[in-house]
Amino acid sequence: MIATGNHAVAYGVKAARAEVIAAYPITPQTQIIEKLSEFIEKGEMRAKFLRVESEHSAMAACIGASACGARAFTATSSQGLLYMSEMVFWAGLGSFPVVMAVVTRALAPPWSIWNEHTDMLTQRDAGWIAIMCESVQEAYDSSIQAFRIAEDRRVKQPVMFGLDAFSLSHTSERLELIGQEEADAFLPAPEGGWKVIDFQDPTTYGNMAGPERMMEIRHSIMERVKDSARVIEEAASEFSRISGRGQAGLVEEYRTSGAEVILVVVGASSGDAKDAADALRDEGIRVGVARLRVLRPFPAEKIRAAVQGCRAVAVVDRDYSFGSGGIIGQEVASAIGAKPFNYIAGIGGRDLSVADFSGIAKDAISRAEAGEEGREIWWGIKG
Amino acid sequence: MVGHQGITETFTLKSLTDEEYLLPGNAACPGCAAVMAMRIGLKALGPRTVLIVPACCMSVAQGHYPKTPSKVPVFNTAFAASAATASGIRAALEMKGITDVNVVCWAGDGGTADIGIQSLSGAAERGDDLIYICYDNEAYMNTGTQRSSSTPEGARTTTTITGKAERKKDVPGIMMAHRIPYVATACASYPLDFANKLRRAVSIKGTRYIHLLSPCPPGWRYPSEKTVEVGRLAVETGAWILYEWTGGRCRLTGPSSGLADRSRRRPLEEYLRIQGRFSEADPSKIEAMKKRIDEEWEMILELCKG
Repeated sequence: MIATGNHAVAYGVKAARAEVIAAYPITPQTQIIEKLSEFIEKGEMRAKFLRVESEHSAMAACIGASACGARAFTATSSQGLLYMSEMVFWAGLGSFPVVMAVVTRALAPPWSIWNEHTDMLTQRDAGWIAIMCESVQEAYDSSIQAFRIAEDRRVKQPVMFGLDAFSLSHTSERLELIGQEEADAFLPAPEGGWKVIDFQDPTTYGNMAGPERMMEIRHSIMERVKDSARVIEEAASEFSRISGRGQAGLVEEYRTSGAEVILVVVGASSGDAKDAADALRDEGIRVGVARLRVLRPFPAEKIRAAVQGCRAVAVVDRDYSFGSGGIIGQEVASAIGAKPFNYIAGIGGRDLSVADFSGIAKDAISRAEAGEEGREIWWGIKG
Repeated sequence: MVGHQGITETFTLKSLTDEEYLLPGNAACPGCAAVMAMRIGLKALGPRTVLIVPACCMSVAQGHYPKTPSKVPVFNTAFAASAATASGIRAALEMKGITDVNVVCWAGDGGTADIGIQSLSGAAERGDDLIYICYDNEAYMNTGTQRSSSTPEGARTTTTITGKAERKKDVPGIMMAHRIPYVATACASYPLDFANKLRRAVSIKGTRYIHLLSPCPPGWRYPSEKTVEVGRLAVETGAWILYEWTGGRCRLTGPSSGLADRSRRRPLEEYLRIQGRFSEADPSKIEAMKKRIDEEWEMILELCKG
C-alpha cells in the first residue's frame, strides 16, 4: 500500500493492539490520532480513545492506563511535547512502558509548523528510549517494535519514536504491513500481567522517597535504559525475521568502509545523505553515512566504531542547544573523544537536500585537509 | 433518602464498617481533618477503590516509601494531573473488563481549584467515570499556607499577610455547570453526612464531585484538638453550606438543612475568632464577608427551589 508516515504509525499502533489512546491534536501529528480514532469508531480496533483537553492530560492518562497493565499510546509534537513534559518525565522516572510518536517540529516563537528536532531532544533526560525514523516503512516497523522494547521485562521504560515533520509525517511512500498473527506473536501480552494498580496486592505508588533511597531508584532506571540497547537490537533482528525487511538496530552504517568523511545524520533526511554519498563516491570522494536510529540509549560504541579511521566526522544537527552547540554533535564528541565538524542545518524546516549533504561532506574534507579542529558551522546561513 | 438513585439505606455509626483502610502511623499533622475524612471515606468506598493523589498534603501524610498507611491502592500523580490520570485508569480497567472498582481522586484545593482545574473540567466534560474529592483546607498548606483561589476572603496566608482581598472560588458551582450527575459539599466534622454522600456518589455512573471542607490546625491557626469544633462552626454559622445536587436538583443536608433562615445561624464571629487566620479582619471586612455568605445562601436556596 501507499501511506504517509502518520498513517503508517496508526497502522502500527493498530497492529500492536494498543488498548488506551489518549491524545490532543497538534499539527503535524494530528493524522495519527485521526486515523486511530477512525479505526476504533469503525470497530476495526478494540481500544478506548480518550479525547483529552491537553497533552499534559494525554500523558497522565497514558500513565494511569499503563499502571493498570494496559498498552497505552499517544502522539504529539513541538509545543504539545513541551506542555506534556512534566508527565513525560513522570512516565520515564515512574518506569511506565508507554509508547509515543513525536512528529518533530520547531518550537515557537515565532510560530512554525516545520521540521526541527529540538523538541524531541529536550526530553532526552526523561528516562525514555528514543528512536528516530528514516522512512514511512520504518515508522510503521518502529511503532510495533516500540511496544516490544518498552514492555520487555529487562527494560520496562517508555519509548518515543520521532518522525520528521512533513518530510516523513505527510510524505507518501510504499508501505508493507505485517499480518495480525505475526504482530501478536511478536508482541505477547506483558509477562505476568504486570501492573502497578492491583487490588489483590494493593501498593502505594510514587510516595515520598528520601535521599537514602532515590539514588538506587535512579540507578535501576540507568541500568535498564542502558541494557535496552540489547533489547532494541533483538527486537530489530526478530522483526527483520518476521517481516523479511532489514531493520536498522541502533546505528545504520552506509558505505562507511574506507570512507574519508562520515556524515552522522538523524531522521528522514538520512536518505538524502546516502544519495549524496553515492554521488560523491562516483566522483571518487569516499563518503559514508552513519545514521543514528536510536538516540537514547546513545549508541556511543557503535558510533565510535562507525567513524573509526575516517579523516573527518561531519555531524549534521537539525536542532540546537544555545550556548553549547548541536545536541547530536555534543553526544558524538563525547562518544569519539574529539569535537567533530558540527553542521547546524535545516533549522525551522529549511530545506536540507542531497546538494547540501554533498556540500557538507566536501566542506568537512577541505577543513580536515587544512588541519582545522572540529568546530560548529551554521550551514547555509544567510548573511 | 427516597428519591436518590439506587439508595435504599444510609450509613449510621453502627453500619459503617469496623474495617480500617487507612491505618494509624501516617505522617499527617495532629488534628488533620483531611486524614480523618479519608479514614471515613475509605470505609464508605470499600476495598475495591483506587485513590489518585496529586501533589498535596496527602503526598506527605501517606509517609515515606516503602511504607504506606493505605490498604487500598494509592497512585501518586503530578499536581495538575489527578483527573486525567484517573481517566486513564478507568479506561484501562474498562478494557480489562473490571467494572466493580471506585476510581477516586483525592486532591487538595490547589490541585483542584487552581492548577488541576483544566484536567478536572476535561474529565467532567467527557463524563469519565470517577469520583473526585477535593479536600479543601483553603490554602496551599503543604508548602506552608500560601493563598489559593479557594482561600476565603479575609483569610491571612503567607502570600496575603493582611488577608485575602478576593472571594473564594466556587468550584462546586463550576462542577454543576458541567451538568455532571452528582455534586455535593461536605465537611470533615460531619463524617456520616460525608459517608452518605460518598455512598450516593458510588451508586451513580459518570463524573461525581464532592467538595469537602477540611479545617487545618497549622494553616488556620487554631489548636489541633479543635478541628471538629472549627468545622462545625463553619457549618453552624453558615460560612460553609452542606448540600447535594443530583440530577439537577439541590437539597440542603445535615445541620445546613435547618439554617436556611439566617436568624438560626450562629454569629459568623464565633467561627472567625476561634482561628488566627482572620485576625486582620476588621468589622467592615466581617460585614463584607457576611454579605458574601448571604449571597452564597441565596444562590443555593434558589437551586433548592428546583
